[in-house]
Amino acid sequence: MSTLERLQRWLGLGGSCAPGIRPDTRKARTRDLGIQRAPLPPQVSLALNDNSHKPWAETLLEVNDGDWVRAGQRIARPVGHLALPMHAPISGRVNLTGAAAITSTREHASDAPGIVIVAEGCQQILTMRPLAADHASPEQIFERIAEAGIAGMGGAGFPAALKARAAHRAGIDTLVINAAECEPYITADDALLRHDAERVVSGALILARATGATRIVAGIEDDKPEAAEALSAALATSSLPADVVIIPTRYPSGGERQLIDRLLARRMTPQQLPVDAGVLCHNPATLAAIHDAVIRGLPAITRIVTLAGQALSAPGNVEARVGTPAATLLADAGLDTSRLAKLIDGGPLMGHQRSLASAATTPTTHCLIAATEQELPSPPPPSPCIRCNDCVPACPAGLAPQQLWWHTRVEDDARAKAHGLLACIECGACDYVCPSHLPLAASFSDAKRRLRVADAERARADQARARFDARKERMQREHDEREARRQARKAALRRPAPKTPADDHAPTSSAPADLRSLRIAQAAAKAALRKAEKALERAAQQQQPSEVLADLESQQSTAREHLEAANAQLDAARQEAPTS
Amino acid sequence: MSYLHQTAPIASSARVMRSVSLACLPGIAAQTWYFGAGVITNVLTGILCCCLVEALMLAARSRPLRPTLADGSAMLTGILLGAALPAGTSVWLILIGAVAAIAVAKHLYGGLGHNIFNPAMVGYAMLLVSFPVPMSLWPDATGFGAGDVQNLWQGWLGQLDASTLDAVSGATPLDALRQPAGASVIGDANLSSPWAIISLAWLAGGLVLLAQRLIDWRLPLAMLSTMAVLAALLNQVSGTGSVAFHLFNGATIMGAFFIITDPVSAPGHRRARWVFGAAIGVLVMLIRGYGGYPDAIAFAVLLMNLSAPLLDQLCSGTHRSATDAPRGNS
Repeated sequence: MSTLERLQRWLGLGGSCAPGIRPDTRKARTRDLGIQRAPLPPQVSLALNDNSHKPWAETLLEVNDGDWVRAGQRIARPVGHLALPMHAPISGRVNLTGAAAITSTREHASDAPGIVIVAEGCQQILTMRPLAADHASPEQIFERIAEAGIAGMGGAGFPAALKARAAHRAGIDTLVINAAECEPYITADDALLRHDAERVVSGALILARATGATRIVAGIEDDKPEAAEALSAALATSSLPADVVIIPTRYPSGGERQLIDRLLARRMTPQQLPVDAGVLCHNPATLAAIHDAVIRGLPAITRIVTLAGQALSAPGNVEARVGTPAATLLADAGLDTSRLAKLIDGGPLMGHQRSLASAATTPTTHCLIAATEQELPSPPPPSPCIRCNDCVPACPAGLAPQQLWWHTRVEDDARAKAHGLLACIECGACDYVCPSHLPLAASFSDAKRRLRVADAERARADQARARFDARKERMQREHDEREARRQARKAALRRPAPKTPADDHAPTSSAPADLRSLRIAQAAAKAALRKAEKALERAAQQQQPSEVLADLESQQSTAREHLEAANAQLDAARQEAPTS
Repeated sequence: MSYLHQTAPIASSARVMRSVSLACLPGIAAQTWYFGAGVITNVLTGILCCCLVEALMLAARSRPLRPTLADGSAMLTGILLGAALPAGTSVWLILIGAVAAIAVAKHLYGGLGHNIFNPAMVGYAMLLVSFPVPMSLWPDATGFGAGDVQNLWQGWLGQLDASTLDAVSGATPLDALRQPAGASVIGDANLSSPWAIISLAWLAGGLVLLAQRLIDWRLPLAMLSTMAVLAALLNQVSGTGSVAFHLFNGATIMGAFFIITDPVSAPGHRRARWVFGAAIGVLVMLIRGYGGYPDAIAFAVLLMNLSAPLLDQLCSGTHRSATDAPRGNS
């Protein structure tokens, strides 16, 4: 940074000084405790189509009530191109009757159909055939990652295979290991790196090779020196050039876009994805899961969860099966229910409050906080914004939350969008500093959802119009063709010439030309299918609502049918052609 | 939604208001030292009237009384209004000022956080244009003993006759600026004059606020530096007083640190704040030099409050994310 630029920043004339906040990290209690393996839970509960409207959560159950399933066995298959399969976390008896009583830990999921597996019988995990990572093709690797059901373990839970395929197609140059882990309390990735950095690096190398990345850059905050050292040591033996960059401890330095900007000085617009900047970004837990799936054939049925909070007498980091009830995990960590004021799934800034009775871990649960009232006190009721502007330096996306609030409060979403609403990553840093305790991030999140729904509706209307136009055009074309044929027949009838064998052969005489046009049609159909697939993946990664995705998916299947039809026609024509 | 909230140094808007109120104490103390107990009656009456009007307005708008009264914003308005008035102003004037400040400027615009104008300055300006005579009657800066209790009481009730008032009051240096013969007063920029000491006391409170990061340093810096430059220039051109004279007389320092820094009525954008502060400095100098009122802080602040939303819009414009063309999907 030049002196002039620094002066400008200091005067507040351009850019902003280091954004973000520095809350007390509260990691000391669990950071040095390593990883304990949680005992197998007596039962697990999983959410099927949780009502999160995320397309990758759409699965179809493959087992029946009362079936015995083996740990690692697939129990639900993905619906559509984007979804992830689901595997049984433990061996046991499937119970669907209690489903109504079960809720996932997700938001709005109280009416989600659930599945309970009660532990029973041999607990050995059913694995897939290990892959030879060095010889496997990229597609084989991606296929395996999808089969293992690996979702990003940092937050949104986006399927890792889709992200990797998109990166492979776009052609990326850098794989970023996001080890920032900037939210208070959470030490899961820290512990993983300190005790098993090799697995993380192995997963990173597999992914880098498959996607064509030529270097690895890891970003880690300076409050985790041991993990940084372990990661450096493990990366030293890597076959790709690798770098560990220590960044200052500041929330939210682990935001994907913020980290990429920080490490590689590559900025993205809200419409752009990291692959557009030539980057694929994953956190250590996801990379370790990829290693396990490829090298050991393990499906993603465990994850490391930090158990924290003052209501626990024995906090720590545990490797737990997905779906383990929070009550079971926390009881083992010495939960004092009389002191428990809030149970939070996730970190204190981006997490969600759950009830102890119903909460269970999900593939994206990286932390459970059993907080006392003193620890995370409920804020006083919100008071009016006094425009103190404390939220402006806190915002990592360079927004002015108080201005946005002015608009989102009255649902003037268009104006909020003009002020950059879509760049909001909902990190909650503005909530943290707000002296009026306004629910800023929640309000922005709602406004973003409203904008997405409006966009989807507009897109649907456009598509309906396009479909209608296309149909009209097709009918006109068919009508014209019919008319032309009729005219031709009429002309032929009027022609007094007798019917000759040459007439019968007339269509086949144009066979070579037909073959060429069929080949062109096939190529066009192939391109259309590729385009449809790409559009679908992009839409999914941008978390478009399910209506848009459903539409894109139907477009994609239509394109596939077209391609199959073109293939069949071409084959038929090819077989005919030599005979003529 | 964040479950973690900042606990220090700023916990709530109420604490901000309390801290600012506390930072007013040195200035009020110094003013009392020179102008007597009338300053204290002003401030106490100001607090009382503002809280009363606030409570009435809240009741009229059927809003809960407790949380809003407890946030201390009405108290702060009362303190600033009381401190801005000539010592020993009668309760009736203060009440009228409080109605203008709290009922009109604040609640008719939607309550805390929605007011366009700084409430205390609306109250002050309203009194200044409606009651120019009592508003210009500053007692002589003769020290704490000025006036006896009897006068104070009668003054508070507004029962002192004009001659008595005239007898105890004197021209402030800024009044002298308006007289052709006042040049001698202007000439000496004496830092030990009563007004300068009072300004220094307000400055001390302002520095405390800066140290607590409760106010934006850009605002006072922009205003004071602009005033200094303009004062130097105008003094050369038309002899309107030295730099020190303008910075340490009237309500300059109090305005720079306690009035224009009110975040609600100031622009939010940093660049806009520079413009806002500088423009107030320019207006103050122009009104003092060529306008019809001796001190100009209130009018300058109100004029710029009016332009704050525009400044914000001009300076922040459209966020870069909203203008970037969507990436081509090829």
